[in-house]
Amino acid sequence: MSLHATYRDSGDVTVVDLGGRIVLGDGSALLRKTVRQLLDDNRTKILINLADVNYIDSSGIGELVHAYTSVKTRGGELKLLHLTKKVRDLLQITKLYTVFEVHSDEASAVSSFR
Amino acid sequence: MTDEHMAQDSRHLEVVLDTQVESVNLAEEMCLRVAEAAGFDEEMCYRIGMSVREGVINAFHYGNQERPDKKIHLAVDLTPEKLVIHVMDEGKGFKLSDVPDPLAEENILSTSGRGIFLMRAFMDEFDVVPGTTGGAEIVMSKRLPGSDNGHGNGQSSSSGGDTAPQKNA
Repeated sequence: MSLHATYRDSGDVTVVDLGGRIVLGDGSALLRKTVRQLLDDNRTKILINLADVNYIDSSGIGELVHAYTSVKTRGGELKLLHLTKKVRDLLQITKLYTVFEVHSDEASAVSSFR
Repeated sequence: MTDEHMAQDSRHLEVVLDTQVESVNLAEEMCLRVAEAAGFDEEMCYRIGMSVREGVINAFHYGNQERPDKKIHLAVDLTPEKLVIHVMDEGKGFKLSDVPDPLAEENILSTSGRGIFLMRAFMDEFDVVPGTTGGAEIVMSKRLPGSDNGHGNGQSSSSGGDTAPQKNA
């Protein structure tokens, strides 16, 4: 299942809804393209909704880290929402769970942005 | 198109894959079928499939440097005790001891280098040895369900190299 991505506004926060697999190839490329497009549009408060993502490989993890650092470099914030168990476990064993701010409720996630 | 050459008997399967992204999915799907047929549950199949992906990504990117003239050699052995997977590239080889730890503070925000760490975490045994092609050969295994200590706890027990989690070469 390839990755699909859409985004929507919630106040001044952009919520990116991802679905499918973030893996080497088109999935990682689409995530990179989406975040780059948002930054080009000066959207620097980004909430990535991973509710429908149940598979990420090391390439996908790298792309999430790249997105995080790209947004941070622009003075913005990137946070994660609704991790599936597999994705949560993966971020925990790679110690990235402590790097990303992770939320389980969209409203509180949106209101947590400065 | 992927150039496949398969030779299969009851316990051994070999595939020669092109150095291309599609080979990663192909290898994962092939090994998942073997793992499911061997009786591994969904969680163990996920770990095996992920490890195969990471092994082939390692061969594709680091070993063969994404060069289409080089091949990736995948072999699967099903023994009465375990499923053994070999991934061999045609690169220059590498030592596990040279691979940085992706959990180290200075590497935590690296955008690459977690593949070997994941294979070590998800498989029962993991090693990298010199391949007959001159490149690196990843050898990893998972004990079959029902065998002694079957359904490992997901912790690595490397049979060679450092025990610390490490980054792809």
